[in-house]
Amino acid sequence: MATDLHRAVTVQGLTRSFDGRPVVDGLDLTLHAGQFTALLGHSGCGKSTLLRVLAGLDREISGTVLVPRRRAVAFQAPRLMPWKRVWRNVLLGLPGKPDREVAERALAEVGLGERSGAWPKTLSGGEAQRASLARALVRDPDLLLLDEPFGALDALTRIKAQRLVAELWQRRGCTVLLVTHDVDEALLLADRALVMRDGVIAYDTAVDLDRPRSPGDPALAALRTCLLAELGVEEGDVAEKAA
Amino acid sequence: MTVDHAPPPTAPSAPDISVLPDAKVESLTPARGPGRGFSVPRWLRRAVGPVLLLLLWQLSSAAGVLPADVLASPGTIARAAGELIVDGTLPHAMGVSLRRVAVGLLLGGAVGITLALVSGLSRLGEDLVDAPVQMLRTVPWVGLIPLFIIWLGIGEAPKVALIALGVAFHLYLNVYAGIRGVDAQLVEAGESLGLGRWGLVRHVVLPGALPGAMTGLRYSLATAWLALVFGESINADAGIGFLMNQAREFFRTDVIVVCLVVYAFLGLLADALVRTLERLLLQWRPTFTGQ
Repeated sequence: MATDLHRAVTVQGLTRSFDGRPVVDGLDLTLHAGQFTALLGHSGCGKSTLLRVLAGLDREISGTVLVPRRRAVAFQAPRLMPWKRVWRNVLLGLPGKPDREVAERALAEVGLGERSGAWPKTLSGGEAQRASLARALVRDPDLLLLDEPFGALDALTRIKAQRLVAELWQRRGCTVLLVTHDVDEALLLADRALVMRDGVIAYDTAVDLDRPRSPGDPALAALRTCLLAELGVEEGDVAEKAA
Repeated sequence: MTVDHAPPPTAPSAPDISVLPDAKVESLTPARGPGRGFSVPRWLRRAVGPVLLLLLWQLSSAAGVLPADVLASPGTIARAAGELIVDGTLPHAMGVSLRRVAVGLLLGGAVGITLALVSGLSRLGEDLVDAPVQMLRTVPWVGLIPLFIIWLGIGEAPKVALIALGVAFHLYLNVYAGIRGVDAQLVEAGESLGLGRWGLVRHVVLPGALPGAMTGLRYSLATAWLALVFGESINADAGIGFLMNQAREFFRTDVIVVCLVVYAFLGLLADALVRTLERLLLQWRPTFTGQ
């Protein structure tokens, strides 16, 4: 559940450099509790670096970063431990000795209830990604960080996985930060879209559309044009490519 | 499984076939899967080669092409083996040799794995342990036999030490490489799941190093037998090597071959043991098993 704090994440003046080259450069960011935020940007713009900082995986930073204690990450690759059965993967790192039932409940939530005893090598790409999602959700996070979790999935599986994430977020009400380079995905899922450029949040817009959303919505199309322009892609280019 | 193939090769479709060569079309016939027709079991097929070789050997011996003091015939060897087993010489020698290998393996394994953990898991340990071990590794261990004899005498100690040495190096190298080869992404995932340092070692690093450790175990077993042969060929008073040396004095090629077969058999047994261990411990691994 979301905390009663209005701000789930506060970042002030965050800088992270690699070999003297700042990838995140004096970045300010506030995420509101319970909101679904999409972070867009070109590859290499530092969005994954920002996510790793928020996850607490990268501490070589300067600036202020306030994040909820309970947070979970789902990466682009499922990163399941191949030597642990699915349910043990889900419970990995949880304090105490939780029962298999706990894992099975989380797996059932992502539609993987019957695969709990399987080895990760026997899962399909979509199944493995859902298992990774269950592993994040079982921690009951206040902040869920998703690092292009649909990037490696095929188109059909991706649509299903996106719907699943939307559903889970609505049920859980946690704060979500989704890092992606897919504008349509951001507009389909998020309340708010951010564009990262030159190490800072360069553009910030609310996505105030009714759910469930359809890609054909004219308001959505307008926002897409706007976001693509922020990312340096003109709508004409896209149309040309599509043709 | 039944699959519908478009034109069944029956009379009505016969005229079409004449068109095929011109049309750059190829008819794909279903592969002969298992269960189609009669097939010889794989183990039987694989047994044919060795059996033929044995037959050839026996025939050459019987024909006098292969004199007994060069190489005894398989029949003579089998008889010698039977005698050695019945009078208890062979079982006793095997017991002595096996004990040497077991003790050497345990000692060397403990040392090798401990050092690998120290240098694999900590930077400081790596700096302190890895360089000297890599340096000593370049010394051919067989060449240490004279030193071992001076240090440890001619009893069991130098033989066990030789085996332990060979085992320790192989296990060290493979376990260390296994630890350092663990996927950094998995370690990061473990960190993001809230695993502490010990938790990461236990749930991520050590299981990840297991395939390397098993490879090391297999190599070190092979080395252990080799070290045993070397160790026993010098002034042994019991064991298979002693049996062999004795046979050499009397030109008993049959007994020598029996001893060689026993060495091979023990090596095979050890390999089977590791394979079983691998099947049990590494069943999670997505490996290509061959067709």
